[in-house]
Amino acid sequence: MSKAEEEPWRLEPQTRRRRAPWRRLARNWSAAVGAGIVAGLLAVAVLAPALAPRGPTQLHAGFEIKPPAAAFPFGTDELGRDMLSRVIFGARISLGAALGSVLLAASIGVPLGITIGFLRGTVDLLAMRLFDILFAFPAILLAIALVAALGPSLPNLIFTIALLTMPQFAIIARGATLATTPLEYVHAAVALGASRRRIVFAHILPNVMPPLIVAATLNLSIVILVEAGLSFLGLGTQPPTPSWGGMISRGRQYMTIAPWLVVFPGLAIMLAVFGFNLLGDGLRETLDPRLYRGGG
Amino acid sequence: MRAYVAKRLALLIPTLIGISILSFMIIHVIPGDLVTVLLGITASQNEQNRQAIITALHLDQPLLVQYLRWIAGVLRADLGRSLVHGGSVAGEILRAFPVTAQLTIMSMAIAAALGIPLGVLSVMRAARSIEPVVRVVSLLFISAPAFFVGTVLIVLGARYVPALPTLGHVPFLEAPGQSLLHMLPASLALGAAISAILLRYTRASMLEVLGADYVRTARAKGASERHVVSRHALANALIPVIAAAGIQFVALFGGAVIIEEVFALPGIGRLVVNAIFQRDYTVIQGAVLFLTLNAVLINLAVDLLYHLVDPRIVYV
Repeated sequence: MSKAEEEPWRLEPQTRRRRAPWRRLARNWSAAVGAGIVAGLLAVAVLAPALAPRGPTQLHAGFEIKPPAAAFPFGTDELGRDMLSRVIFGARISLGAALGSVLLAASIGVPLGITIGFLRGTVDLLAMRLFDILFAFPAILLAIALVAALGPSLPNLIFTIALLTMPQFAIIARGATLATTPLEYVHAAVALGASRRRIVFAHILPNVMPPLIVAATLNLSIVILVEAGLSFLGLGTQPPTPSWGGMISRGRQYMTIAPWLVVFPGLAIMLAVFGFNLLGDGLRETLDPRLYRGGG
Repeated sequence: MRAYVAKRLALLIPTLIGISILSFMIIHVIPGDLVTVLLGITASQNEQNRQAIITALHLDQPLLVQYLRWIAGVLRADLGRSLVHGGSVAGEILRAFPVTAQLTIMSMAIAAALGIPLGVLSVMRAARSIEPVVRVVSLLFISAPAFFVGTVLIVLGARYVPALPTLGHVPFLEAPGQSLLHMLPASLALGAAISAILLRYTRASMLEVLGADYVRTARAKGASERHVVSRHALANALIPVIAAAGIQFVALFGGAVIIEEVFALPGIGRLVVNAIFQRDYTVIQGAVLFLTLNAVLINLAVDLLYHLVDPRIVYV
């Protein structure tokens, strides 16, 4: 006799519960297409050395500013570098900066938010005022000022963006903590002698996860735009490392005679931001129907 | 209303203090010896130069004293002098601000004029079936970086509409028509994404309102679809859109920093970026303080407007 026949009530509901969100996600076209784009870009970033036909900084003398052709599908830049390879390697910088800063922001913001939500009172009030002040700064401006003060480099950029997005995660986690702690099942857990740790991990975190996943995904799209903007201004990754924003900035001078220098990195940024936005939209509809209001 | 305004103004005080501390600290988070960073390696070896900058910035005094001196200056609209050319920082900001203000106002006007009507149209019955198209197109607009759109507009403009100027700036008070025309491509580049964001907010808000009881009542009494949408739904649906527009308006000032660089507009953004590359920290500090103050005041104005439109809403 198999285990399922022995104890059918054990296996049945569990598998159903586990599959349901995935089925809903797969049926949501927005989430499915977005996930496809994001997965494709991640694969490109990870497999860049294998996929790129040439080195991203390799110079091809005599092939400066050549339009797209069989040998160079995206053309070459003013130094004779293969644009396709540069765009492929640029995915590493863009996605790396985005994932790095959002992970850093969430790993600081979420515990902070839960703590604030638990402690309430003065700590809560002070923290929220502080976040208000941080929000008052136009994000890009503060990022520019901070990166300029710390010195332009990729780690500084990741740190700065993480610092600026952290309050969002803290506020979401705080809100979910405040909303969950007065609920009966949390009282029940407390009455049963559950430790604080167990309450946080078993009761509060699962409630915070859906809005957090949505916020993280949508933030990834914003961070890619901010990273591209800062690199465009020369405040991100330094040359010769290829970044999409930096490529547009350099290509701008040759734009009228060599539009491919700007168009391909620009389309790459759009595709990445579009993918994360589409995925975030779909995730919001499936994971957090309470927040969903038809695409706002 | 008066009590609400007073309360909001009182709440502004701790925010302003926080902002001033953060702006002040920008100079002091620079890693390394501040005097060397400010002067550059060669100049910093000269003891006279070192003394001059230490006295000018009061670097030999405790941090708190430095801050209080700086704040005292700020309250007299004195933001210090540029470290590079010695000009008044406040003067430079006041010269650059009208350009940035014109750019952001024009961008917002374009975004609202496109986004809100299209958002309303997208919920009309005939357009309901093209939901995926609306979503994909609006997301594509949101996904395009303004500096990329701007660069493309400059090239396309030069090729197909050579009569339309794309670079540089004409002061509005000197030649209003020319000034608006000059600023048009930059405003389009900056406003494109915002128009899509406002479209999505309007759409979401309209969909919610169209499901409300009073809309059903209006339909039941036989009002035409047009009347229901324009009279009953739109007025209520626009309330959250105002809040969204306010947030976007503040964000526009950040976006302007990059767009001014693309279109060679002599606004505050360009002032800040140039100051960054010249390590002109007093200008950076002053401009950050000014723009943040500007953002706080816009936020306040939007909240008050919001309260005026719908007195049920009170933000504390």
